[in-house]
Amino acid sequence: MASGSEAPTTGEYIQHHLQNLTFGKHPDGHWGFAHGAEEAAAMGFWAVHVDTLFWSLLLGFGFFFMFRNVAKKANSGVPTRFQAMIESIVEFVDSSVRDSFHGTSKLIAPLALTLFVWIFFMNFMDLIPVDWLPWAASTAGVEYQKVVPTTDVNATMGMAITVFILILVYSIRFKGVGGFLSELVFNPLNPRELGMPKVVWPFVMAFNFILEIVSLLAKPVSLGLRLFGNLYAGELIFILIALIFTAGAGLFASGLSSVFGEHIPAWFWIVATGSVFATLWLNLKGQLSTKRTLWLLMIEMLLVGGLAFLGGQLMHFGWAAFHLLVITLQAFIFMMLTIVYLSMATEHH
Amino acid sequence: MNINATLILQSIAMMIFVWFCMKFIWPPLLKAMDERREKIADGLAASDRAEKELAAAKVKADEEIRQARDKAGEIVDQANQRHSQILEQAKDDAVSEKKRQVAAAESEIGLAANQAREELRTSVASLAVLGASRILEKEIDAEAHRELLDKLIKEI
Repeated sequence: MASGSEAPTTGEYIQHHLQNLTFGKHPDGHWGFAHGAEEAAAMGFWAVHVDTLFWSLLLGFGFFFMFRNVAKKANSGVPTRFQAMIESIVEFVDSSVRDSFHGTSKLIAPLALTLFVWIFFMNFMDLIPVDWLPWAASTAGVEYQKVVPTTDVNATMGMAITVFILILVYSIRFKGVGGFLSELVFNPLNPRELGMPKVVWPFVMAFNFILEIVSLLAKPVSLGLRLFGNLYAGELIFILIALIFTAGAGLFASGLSSVFGEHIPAWFWIVATGSVFATLWLNLKGQLSTKRTLWLLMIEMLLVGGLAFLGGQLMHFGWAAFHLLVITLQAFIFMMLTIVYLSMATEHH
Repeated sequence: MNINATLILQSIAMMIFVWFCMKFIWPPLLKAMDERREKIADGLAASDRAEKELAAAKVKADEEIRQARDKAGEIVDQANQRHSQILEQAKDDAVSEKKRQVAAAESEIGLAANQAREELRTSVASLAVLGASRILEKEIDAEAHRELLDKLIKEI
């Protein structure tokens, strides 16, 4: 939520959540963070989204150290559970690469693994309740915080551009510059095979070239924008569900404020959180049957936040469960498409 | 939603992470996994082999046991045969020993009888001479009647 003293409107709340922490050169010449979307836009191209880079680097290093740790200790003996999990991911990526990529390359498999795990981690940030980290950041004095790097088109397109560069490098390496260019102009209509007169060749080749360039450029765009679109939409729905919480709490808060006055005291939230925690704790200790735990939780949530709040909880849970599939699938699709595009780049048509 | 330099930095970050993965993660993990796969395959092959060897050993052991049993039967047969042979021979020996001893006893008896007879004969001769001399009241010259006496002895 905004660090301002007034409660933000719905529009402000959403906009605030969709604004990256941007560092760049202000139009008046000094460097600093942008306060608001207009200032960020005024910084032009030479600005960076600090939050996107921070979280993506953090998660990237998280991936690196997690896997490196296992890789260092890996031996052919009996694996630990964690090692087995890591190895099953590696195995999965390896078999995906073997199935789809028919050339030999030392790069493709590690590339695919990195993309899959890294993008999964970045997507996973979406499942952290939308207000937690921005709230923590605003408490620490950072105005904006967008914690899901893949909801930033710069991050997804940045990765797509790297893949695009690799596509070009592979095309030229496996087909040569001439081969690559001739593929661009002799596909999909090959005037030689169609037996066209020499006069129309330039026109056909120009037509082919336009088509092929479009399909070539469509590759990074389809990679980056698809991932961005899915995650951005998912993020937005989480924000909207969070708004339902607020709205529901507001609806019920009139009842609460009749009890507590204008401000609901902090101890109310502490008691509420504590009772939920205690319920779950008792269940884990075997003192409470799961069925009764669920009923108790429902009643507690009902008491705490009102009916709309409960609805918000359920919606949040439902969307999070569904989103869990989405983030995995999107990470997988990015990986698979990268493999397929690079495979296409190495094959002659 | 601004496109800005984040694009380039993210792109660079990705390249670096991919390089990390290529260099430090993928090769050791794959190596360990391949080695383990090989180990497991070897282990399975070894267990297969051991199973086959076990079966072969069992067949061999059965064969050995069968042979041993045959041999044992043979030996028992031989022993039985030998037993009866020895018995037979002992019987034969006993019989012949008996015959021999009987024959020896008989010949001894015959010898003793002959000796007795001889002694008897000589004593008869002397008795006869003694008797005759008593009858004749006169000393018979043994030398003079030797011829007659010998004739007499022979007749007895």
